[in-house]
Amino acid sequence: MTKPSTVFLNARLIDPETERDEPGGLLVKDGIIADIGPHLRRNAPEGAEVIDCKGHVVCPGIVDAQVFTGEPGAEHRETLKTASQSAAAGGVTTIIVMPDTQPVIDQVALVDFISRRARDNALVHVYTMAAMTRGLEGEEMTEIGLLKRAGAIAFSNGKSSITNTRVMRNVLNYSKDFGALIVHHTEDPYLSGSGVMNSGEVATRLGLPGVSKVAETIVLERDVRLVEMTGARYHAATITCEESLDVVRKAKARGLHVTCGVSINHLTLNEIDIGSYRTFLKVRPPLRHEDDRQAMVRGIANGEIDVIVSSHDPQDVDVKRRPFSEAADGAVGLETLVPAALRLHHSGDLTLIDLLRPMTINPAKLFGLPTGRLSAGAPADLIVVDLGEPWVVNKDLLRSRSKNSAFDESKMQGRVLRTLVAGQTVYQYAGVERT
Amino acid sequence: MTSLAKKQKSGFPHRHLLSCEKLTVQEINCILDLADKAADQNRKPDKRRTVLAGRTLINLFYESSTRTQSSFELAAKRLGADVMNMNVATSSVTKGETLVDTAMTLNAMRPDIIVVRHHAAGAVELLSQKVDCSVVNAGDGAHQHPTQALLDALTIRRAKGRIAGLTVAICGDILHSRVARSNIDVLNTLGAQVRIIAPSTLLPSAANRLGAEVFTDMWKGLSGVDVVMMLRLQRERMQGSYVPSSREFYHFFGLDHEKLALAKPDALIMHPGPMNRGVEIASTIADHSRSVIREQVEMGVAVRMAVLEAVATQLPG
Repeated sequence: MTKPSTVFLNARLIDPETERDEPGGLLVKDGIIADIGPHLRRNAPEGAEVIDCKGHVVCPGIVDAQVFTGEPGAEHRETLKTASQSAAAGGVTTIIVMPDTQPVIDQVALVDFISRRARDNALVHVYTMAAMTRGLEGEEMTEIGLLKRAGAIAFSNGKSSITNTRVMRNVLNYSKDFGALIVHHTEDPYLSGSGVMNSGEVATRLGLPGVSKVAETIVLERDVRLVEMTGARYHAATITCEESLDVVRKAKARGLHVTCGVSINHLTLNEIDIGSYRTFLKVRPPLRHEDDRQAMVRGIANGEIDVIVSSHDPQDVDVKRRPFSEAADGAVGLETLVPAALRLHHSGDLTLIDLLRPMTINPAKLFGLPTGRLSAGAPADLIVVDLGEPWVVNKDLLRSRSKNSAFDESKMQGRVLRTLVAGQTVYQYAGVERT
Repeated sequence: MTSLAKKQKSGFPHRHLLSCEKLTVQEINCILDLADKAADQNRKPDKRRTVLAGRTLINLFYESSTRTQSSFELAAKRLGADVMNMNVATSSVTKGETLVDTAMTLNAMRPDIIVVRHHAAGAVELLSQKVDCSVVNAGDGAHQHPTQALLDALTIRRAKGRIAGLTVAICGDILHSRVARSNIDVLNTLGAQVRIIAPSTLLPSAANRLGAEVFTDMWKGLSGVDVVMMLRLQRERMQGSYVPSSREFYHFFGLDHEKLALAKPDALIMHPGPMNRGVEIASTIADHSRSVIREQVEMGVAVRMAVLEAVATQLPG
């Protein structure tokens, strides 16, 4: 018995891969997009369940390439299950989870653990990055070959940078043999020292130690030299400033396999938003100057920045309700990723296609995933988005187990109405949020 | 025959054996032919010859070695030489004497041949410049190990009947291997096709300039080869610095039955020893019928006899 098919009529189809932006509809059958196009705008095939999109956007589900959870080891902050519920509500159909857990994901059995837990509990697709050094300590390489075979999608040193240049060279050199992608947080810990926010006027006035942009750029520049030496595939996880973008731009011009990402926080917020020591806006790397934010938006507009991530990082009140310099870094972001990104559309900075490309097809291609596209034969990972709906973020309504949202009480315009993963509806907006 | 005429007649006109890099086909064949005869002699009950009677050989080993040192000692004794083994661990070297001072001290004792192993590349050549006797390199850093390459060539020649036209894969820690460098030189000179197979972290930066085809995928590199030569991976190099673990190394670069099946059905299996069973080579493969690892040890004595005999012809008197 074949499963019933579902047709989405009266949609605005947006597919960044093909640059499609037109009225139409699509047919979902057996978990894949069976048909798509203007001919399905009004005419439902016989026997199909009909969903009227009422002119709203239908686009590929979001691929979020940087999600921290607390599983294993800190399940009180977030589990794969709660992260996936949060993702589904935010229109994120694929999450790539980071190895910064307890224990660190640095062994084959732990990659397998994540895969099994995700298979049994998660609403969305879950892939894991494995640690590239044991315990994320930056000293000894992990079993990159065996971990990749076990399903590790890329290799990361989590929230820390590898400071030992020789170790970094060896990791890049070794990973190349396996075609493995190295994703690196670029920050020189000696230079950033005890810094807790962007170094500059605001930090000076607040009396907080600063983190210089150079701490980011210096590691990135070193890494690019090592990529040139080894021929490895390298992705700078989250850059925050024009200086870093310039390094990536020049690396690409030299033909190196170098790409970069930016977090939604650095595209939509700046250091002034920290206001009077709001710790929910304490993130790593820190929020920068407004000029830097604008440089990041331009980087998205001209395609020089490849990926936008939520950098979802659940932290509980115990570590957030502290003096700014003592509070933990990180903000949850899965549920607010799409609405926050839409700010850049409503402001006229970005077209929808330019905005969605680094959240769908770009990360899908970078990590070798079949999703992120709206075309016949692709997995039916897709979302229906109302671009106009106004709402206010209430952290208590977030599905994440932690409530440390940088956008708490922010006004948003636009929200995800429905999320499909492999053809199954995993989230549907109820109209009025539960209280 | 005058001493000059004798020198010119010899097929190996060198007083020292420091490197395989500049050896000609004739010189290598001269050694291998001599070694062939020595190997046959070594299988007879009476192994003793007198070519080196009255000569003194000093084994000067700055790195510990069982097989090479005893192989040289046995070779020299079978040729009638007097052998002295310098134990560096208990010598003046530990009191801070430099290599050159040690060389001059030993030279004053009028040895005829010094066999040297040293952990620093180029050390043996430096020593050879300071002494009047013959010097044989028994391994200098990651540079050269000439007698190992010659014994490997002899082992292959005796098993396959030839070397020219064969494809030989050298697998493992190429970066730190003097065995690999010497073997690439000798095998190339003799007309073999050489492949080197290693993860990028265990390849020297200009591996492609050594005269061998470079592979980082063992499944591809072993395809259709006549000889599989495994190298030892030192324990301290398989804990995350060059290679993540011995388990991962064995999986991707260890010689197991699956990978061996890609080589020719009659491919030889070689290893210079000492082996790490289960790290670079499966235990059952080390003991395989096509494994010539023990023959390599046997040919080691024969080749060293040939080398000592050859360099001695260049000594005065």
